[in-house]
Formats: sequence, C-alpha cells, structure tokens
Amino acid sequence: MADTEQPPTNLNRSSTALVRRKKSLSASSPSSSRGNAASVSTGDGESHARWRSEKQHRNYSAKLIQALKQVRRGSSSTFSAAATSPPPMAAQKRGKAVREAADRALAVSARGRTLWSRAILANRIKLKFRKHKRPRRTVIPAVTTVVAVTGASSGGGRKRRVSVVRLNKKSLPTVNRKISVLGRLVPGCKKESVPVILEEATDYIQALEMQVRAMKSLVELLSGSAPPPI
Amino acid sequence: MSGRRSRPRQSSGTTRISEDQINDLVIKLQQLLPELGDSHRSDKVSAARVLQDTCNYIRNLHREVDDISERLSELLANSDTAQAALIRSLLTQ
Repeated sequence: MADTEQPPTNLNRSSTALVRRKKSLSASSPSSSRGNAASVSTGDGESHARWRSEKQHRNYSAKLIQALKQVRRGSSSTFSAAATSPPPMAAQKRGKAVREAADRALAVSARGRTLWSRAILANRIKLKFRKHKRPRRTVIPAVTTVVAVTGASSGGGRKRRVSVVRLNKKSLPTVNRKISVLGRLVPGCKKESVPVILEEATDYIQALEMQVRAMKSLVELLSGSAPPPI
Repeated sequence: MSGRRSRPRQSSGTTRISEDQINDLVIKLQQLLPELGDSHRSDKVSAARVLQDTCNYIRNLHREVDDISERLSELLANSDTAQAALIRSLLTQ
C-alpha cells in the first residue's frame, strides 16, 4: 500500500503545494467557485469559476509539468550534443519552447470550448497557411478608406469597393477599430464578429491570468529551494 | 459611449447583433480588468477605454508569460545541481 501510494502522493503533495500557493496568490477566489466547478449551466459565473477552480489549477499544473518535461527532454538532448552553444541564445529558444508548451497546456485545459484554444492547438500545424493569407487581408481596408475620401465621386468600380468595405464594421469607428485590435491579440479571433471577440477575450484573459499564476509559483518552487548557480 | 447609434446599420451576417448584448459583454470585460473592475465605476467608463485597457492588459500578460517562461527555461537548464532531485520528482510522475 505504501509502495503504490508513494509516487502519486509525492506528486500530489507538490502539486497541492503549487495549488495552495496559487490560491493564496489569487486575490479574489470566492467560496462559490468550488461549488460552481460542477455546475455548467450559468453563463455569467461560469467563466469566472472555470478558471479559478482548484480542479482547473491542478489540471493545468499537471499538464504544464508534462509539457515542460518534454521540453526539458528535448533541450537536454541538444544541450549534451552541442556543449558549446552560448547560453543566452539557447535560453531564448528554450524560453520560446517553454512558452509554447505552456500555451498548449493552457489550450488543452480549455477543453476545446473556446476559439482561442482551438486556434492555439491548430496553429502548430497551419502556421504557414496563416502567414500567407493575413497580410493581404489587412491591406485592403486601409487602401480603400483612402480611396473613399478621394474617389467617392469618381465612378462605379471604386464606389462598389467602398460599399463592400463599409459593410465591414470594423474599419470605421474607434470602438470597432479597438475591437479589431483586440481580436488580433487574442489568438484565432482576427476575423470574428464583435460579440465573439469580446467573449473570447474575457475567457482568454482569465486563462492567461491562471497561466501566469501557475508559472510564477512553479518558478518560485524551483528557485526557492536551491542556492543560486555561481 | 460614443458607439451609440440610432440609425440601423447593416451587419455582415443575417443576425442583428444588439447593442445591449455588446454592452453586457463590455461590462463583463471591464470587471475582469485590474484597475477598472471596481463596482463604483460601472457607469463612467467608456467602451473605448475598456477596450484599450483590455488590449494593454493582454499585452502585459503576454509579456509576463514570456518573461516567466524565460526564467523557467533557465531554471530547467541550469538545474544540474542539488535541485535536480526536486525537478525529477516533479517531472517524472
């Protein structure tokens, strides 16, 4: 009994230490969040509860640790192969790998219900396709707004283009422009409608907050218990 | 809020997105923000401000995640000393 229980409890103790530290770090975690972890019906409170529940924390930290393990394994093999690689450059690449692993773990713990999580997971595969398509799309509204000012009286072809662009709400007033900026920040939401972007943004912010808390406590845990390298 | 328009606008799809719906979402977003989320300011903040602060907040969070992942990667790389045991116990389930 003791043998089979030891490895899980080891992990459990460290992960609950992580979780406890995260819960103490998060300023407002109402007691209702634990109860709400099971109920999925409420629309408003659900997103708040989802990213703050202890169950979610444990889920995410386990996945994060798994992902970091893979990163570590990958990087340690390259490290031993090229012992003379300069630390700052390698650290940057590894930092990016760590960030991507953390993002992927975050996206997975969203359980595929949100656009941004699906976009993060799909991005690994479709990166090249997206890079080709995006620049053309963003140039068009800018060009035709200039045309709209000067060419409104000039004729049929230009006017048609202007009217098509005007239907796209995001190119005109300040609020909609900011919303499209926001859409570009949230992964996978560049072309979505306004309420979709707002909803994705609320979920994404909470998920990011959880990610920051989790990674911070992991860093604390790892660096707090060892003397700094000389 | 400058976005309140009385004349109807054509939306791109078939469904007309109501302003109230958007307002509700903006309010929900505002509640998440660290500085604007307090209850006493629920009426006085414009949507543009909320959106701007949201963009800034997301950029800050991104930057923070980048910083932390860099630190984490350094820790993982330089951990050949005493804490290797700790890391191994965490990483090998």
